[in-house]
Amino acid sequence: MHNRILEKLNILADAAKYDVSCSSSGGNRKNTNKGLGDSHSSGICHTYTEDGRCVSLLKILLTNHCIFDCLFCVSRKSNDVQRAAFTVDEVVELTMNFYRRNYIEGLFLSSGIFKNADFTMERLLLVVKKLRLEHNFNGYIHLKTIPGASDELIKEAGLYADRMSINLEMPTEAGLKLLAPEKNHADVIKPLSFIQQNIAQFSADKKLIKHVPKFVPAGQSTQMVIGATPETDKEIMYTANAFYKNFALKRVYYSGYVPISNDTRMPVLGTQPPLLRENRLYQTDWLMRFYGFKVQEILNDANPNLDVDIDPKLSWAIRNMQHFPIDVNKADYAMILRIPGVGVGSAKKIVQARKFGKLRVDQLKKIGIAYNRAKHFIICADSPQQIKDYQGTQIKAFILAESDSKYLKTDSNQLILF
Amino acid sequence: MIYTFDASLSGLLTAVFECFERKQNYITLIEQRLYQPSAFDESLQIITDQEKADRVWKGLKEKINKNWLRTFYCTYLSEIPEAYQHLLDFAIYIFQNKKGAENNYGNAHIIALSKFAKSVEREKHRMEAFIRFQKTLDGIFYATIDPDFNVLPLISNHFKNRYADQQWIIYDTKRKYGLHYNLNTVEEITINFSEQANNEKLSEIIMDEKEALYAILWKAYFKSANIEARKNTKLHIQHVPKRYWKYLTEKQV
Repeated sequence: MHNRILEKLNILADAAKYDVSCSSSGGNRKNTNKGLGDSHSSGICHTYTEDGRCVSLLKILLTNHCIFDCLFCVSRKSNDVQRAAFTVDEVVELTMNFYRRNYIEGLFLSSGIFKNADFTMERLLLVVKKLRLEHNFNGYIHLKTIPGASDELIKEAGLYADRMSINLEMPTEAGLKLLAPEKNHADVIKPLSFIQQNIAQFSADKKLIKHVPKFVPAGQSTQMVIGATPETDKEIMYTANAFYKNFALKRVYYSGYVPISNDTRMPVLGTQPPLLRENRLYQTDWLMRFYGFKVQEILNDANPNLDVDIDPKLSWAIRNMQHFPIDVNKADYAMILRIPGVGVGSAKKIVQARKFGKLRVDQLKKIGIAYNRAKHFIICADSPQQIKDYQGTQIKAFILAESDSKYLKTDSNQLILF
Repeated sequence: MIYTFDASLSGLLTAVFECFERKQNYITLIEQRLYQPSAFDESLQIITDQEKADRVWKGLKEKINKNWLRTFYCTYLSEIPEAYQHLLDFAIYIFQNKKGAENNYGNAHIIALSKFAKSVEREKHRMEAFIRFQKTLDGIFYATIDPDFNVLPLISNHFKNRYADQQWIIYDTKRKYGLHYNLNTVEEITINFSEQANNEKLSEIIMDEKEALYAILWKAYFKSANIEARKNTKLHIQHVPKRYWKYLTEKQV
């Protein structure tokens, strides 16, 4: 019996790991019923796998039986893998016992589609209801929305889950059609917007009525697979941007494609996953969400792909040297945030600190900015006089010369003549 | 002028009080235990006085907001000698200036406090993440820790709220005290371990019979969740520094 559950766990955790979302943030469920669990608003990563990804939730599929045959998915119908399915009680037991030992923040439950969408969604719903209602479980629950499930089921699930998500899979409709002819973006958009409308409705009600039940309090997220199909970074980020705008998503995840099939339409087995590209996309995502950048400033027709050797913020600065140098003692917060080497925390501190006197280099260093990078773009109280006006490309060369990339094994530095 | 104190928070606050009472500037604050008298320095032993300490705390409360009070307290919990000095200088700076002076991040003490507090909060967060309970035969969930800083007071509420329906003990083996939640309140406890006792992990004799099973399942899950093709040991160690591995069930062979 123990061996059986161990085997299932191995199969169904392995099949679920390509879903990258593991955040447990944004939950606000309080332990008011003296049950088990209390959400931590910033989320907690309880451990990290050897590939450096956070493990916050018990991320499993209810089953990896699936009626679909999507090329990019390990659980596709035609793939020759072991199949298994958890019972509702098994998932509940695992979640409760892992949580009690402080292994996890909660449950991430997804599933292959067996029989049809409604049948699958019903099963997922059974698990979350049992956890919440019978076991007084207040930990985090991330539930996959099954495309094509009925509105009633999705709405009911939203009352018990903290976050719900549904994956776009491919950044463009054309890419999706190529690898998963049975699917389309419209099937994703419909439930996303249905849940979004409900979230808005519930929060509007909350302003008027005192006791409104929670509805997906940690919002929705989605995921795109990167590098399986030939989209540009611009196409990827414009799609992400549109989804952030239209559906108030909390997160878009970018998952570098890990080859799992030898179909000729995709990168062959053994190809390295595009980790650096993934990293640059996340950096762009952060610039959009926390640094006040518009996606069009970073990616446009002239620059459809992100620089590989430098990050997108530095890259933007070098293309737009007319804004620099910025005087940290005068510029407004939004501009200070755009200086390469200055993060949100440092920018806030600078704005506070300069009320007490003009800031000097040593103070800026102590505040925590990456001075070696920022020095090319700022003026402060005791900036050294600079006689020569450097070009963006020269500054790029200076910065590259004194930093080594985590990803690029061989130096791509090229000497600049002028 | 050198002040020595007993390393308690009240002692530190009393030292602040004495600075103003005696109108003395440029104080060096040293923990009594570490103090070595020298020929030319004058020194004063601060006798902790709760009344004076309370007055200083009340004064701080009026000057700085809740977040900064927490920053102050966290810095104290770091137990680092330089941190005590910065706390004294910070308090003096706050009292000598107008309200809002804590936002002067150009000031060395203010930036120092925010950095010490950040380290302590990070350690607190790591404990919330890395503590692994083991269930004993009598149903108590037990864990030992030896954090870099004295974070037990900071994590007490988190665990109390989270594990409201189970008894638990978290024991700091470095500072030799622990917390016990008895389903109603959290009490401070000390345990007299016998000399040979291996107090890192529970012996199998007093463990719940299911404990080993869940440890095996958790290890299996940890292994399955890894994507071999993305292996990144540097990042892994950055997130889970090796000194914490001894807590982690999934890192035991």
